[in-house]
Amino acid sequence: MSVQTHIPATAMASRPAAAGTHGTKMVARDVKVFYGAKQALKGINLDIQENRVMALIGPSGCGKSTFLRCLNRMNDTIENCRVEGLIALDGEDVYGKNIDAVQLRARVGMVFQKPNPFPKSIYDNIAYGPRIHGIASHRDEMDEIVQTSLKRAGLWNEVKDRLREPGTGLSGGQQQRLCIARAIAVSPEVILMDEPCSALDPIATAHIEELIDELRENYTIVIVTHNMQQAARVSQKTAFFHLGDMVECDDTEEIFTNPRDERTQGYITGRYG
Amino acid sequence: MSIAVTKSRYQSEEFSARLRRRYAAERRFRIAGMLAVGIASLMLVVLLGSIASKGYSAFWQAQIRLEVTLDKQQVEERNYTAILRQALYAQVPAATDRATRRSLNDLLSSGAPYELEAMVNANPSIVGTTQTVWVRADDEIDQFMKGFIRRDVPESERRLNDVKIAAIDALVAKGSIQSSFNTTLFSAGDSREPEQAGIWGAIVGSALTLVVTMLLSVPIGVAAAVYLEEFAPKNRWTDLIEVNINNLAAVPSIIFGLLGLAVFLGFFGMPRSAPLVGGLVMALMTLPVIIIASRVALKAVPPSIREAALGVGASPLQTVTHHVLPLALPGILTGTIIGMARALGETAPLLMIGMVAFIVDIPGGLTDSATALPVQIYMWADSPERAFTERTSAAILILLAFLILMNGLAVFLRKKFERRW
Repeated sequence: MSVQTHIPATAMASRPAAAGTHGTKMVARDVKVFYGAKQALKGINLDIQENRVMALIGPSGCGKSTFLRCLNRMNDTIENCRVEGLIALDGEDVYGKNIDAVQLRARVGMVFQKPNPFPKSIYDNIAYGPRIHGIASHRDEMDEIVQTSLKRAGLWNEVKDRLREPGTGLSGGQQQRLCIARAIAVSPEVILMDEPCSALDPIATAHIEELIDELRENYTIVIVTHNMQQAARVSQKTAFFHLGDMVECDDTEEIFTNPRDERTQGYITGRYG
Repeated sequence: MSIAVTKSRYQSEEFSARLRRRYAAERRFRIAGMLAVGIASLMLVVLLGSIASKGYSAFWQAQIRLEVTLDKQQVEERNYTAILRQALYAQVPAATDRATRRSLNDLLSSGAPYELEAMVNANPSIVGTTQTVWVRADDEIDQFMKGFIRRDVPESERRLNDVKIAAIDALVAKGSIQSSFNTTLFSAGDSREPEQAGIWGAIVGSALTLVVTMLLSVPIGVAAAVYLEEFAPKNRWTDLIEVNINNLAAVPSIIFGLLGLAVFLGFFGMPRSAPLVGGLVMALMTLPVIIIASRVALKAVPPSIREAALGVGASPLQTVTHHVLPLALPGILTGTIIGMARALGETAPLLMIGMVAFIVDIPGGLTDSATALPVQIYMWADSPERAFTERTSAAILILLAFLILMNGLAVFLRKKFERRW
């Protein structure tokens, strides 16, 4: 794990005005991840821009989920996992001394592949995060947070009459939106999504995709997906991962219409993956 | 062409013969399974049936009705034996000579005078009056009434002589002997006299022991399991600890008894026969069971719940206490109760630390001398009196009732707290 806390000036200046009004929210420089002796990521450099959706695509086992989980240090929980290089959030090394993993995960929320609501009521699912972080001091305030989170996740109208019922009783798509609402409730700055639609049917998927597009206004989103149409639909930037390398990262339109690397071209045209 | 070939292969004679063999194998397996279940159930029925048929009679006890005249002087001299004997001779007028009367003295329990004294002490106003009382009969009279001592064997081989039998017949004819529910069995401590012996002392001893066991082994066991499962790094040391815990669970209980004898009694000088020491030894014995059960329960909580909690910024401890532990609770409870049930039925380690002593008093605290239910069964099984044989079976029934109660509680709690996701 890197002990580097000072960030080279070039890291932040790597994408100046080219990104338009979108500042750089997170940067990764030469990120290497090892699971024991096996190297999963071989030096990733990537900039994630504020209020945009970045899609990570690539064949299975290419390291895109591993990279995503580095961004909020979820890899800390994995035995034998070692992270090298620099990952910064707003110019601060997330593996540095100044940032605590718990605090980081409040700022960088996560939605998982399989909907994983707590086996508690819908209300408690949303209220849990704000409660442990002491965000709401009154009941009314908490009710307000729960309501706005559910509204933003597009779930309010479906569940407003049964907030006390268990979150696990919802359908798969609703559960995933509940998980998104739960992530939103702690007001993170970045939301990481690890194949959020892979367990959902097409209608639920469409719902979530619309939602991602709306959330972009307030949050920075990084999404891992196997579905290239989805990447094309929801993201502004796409990064293609292959065998632990980040092969290419560009505007989504560029990647899909005019890939520079032939591996990218091979993947998006369906020759492997 | 090729389609036709494959179709006919599954319709061939050979294939249907194979199919029949497969079904036959399945039928044989089912029959074997049903046989196994049947044999197991039969054994259980035989076991329970034999215990119940031997033990049920211990729940009744013969009592003799006496018209006692509470003479003031005799009461002051505390000569209750004489009061009872006079009342008994009055019941059997045929007995006039000394030898017969001496025989009659044995009809009453040796505890009867104390019973009468307790009655007088509770209500002194009855002194000087004549009262009708039912006092316990001696265990041999009780056994005779229950038919365990037969009158058709020759007198020389019989536990009761003809004089006593004649007296009993006289009492029965008057309706002065009755069989009533044996409350002594549930309220008294141990005794040399079967009709005065009860298992309450052993139940209290067992309860005190289990309280100590639970207070020690549950918090330590659950904490150890949570640490090993959720926090400890997986390395050579934790592997070693895991192997050792699994080994400890398989160590014979008598070894734990010897350890308790050497450490708690020998080194720390704790009192002998005390529930405190029994509880400590049982805690050592139950710990690995609870740790293993708790670890299995924690492992069964899906990792997605941990990720969900960590993902919204819960600390590792919050993740465990708010989510993982509550979800693992049913499994932990089940493991704990089963461990406790095992401790309740355990005898060997208690023998080592002196809880096998003959103790008449009901233990009042953790350091009082006490015995435990299974040890009481062991001691009664060793007693020669016929009446202790039925009490042994009765005590087994009571122990089984407690075990069924505890295991039932485990099932109930698991069902109640079980959550699905």
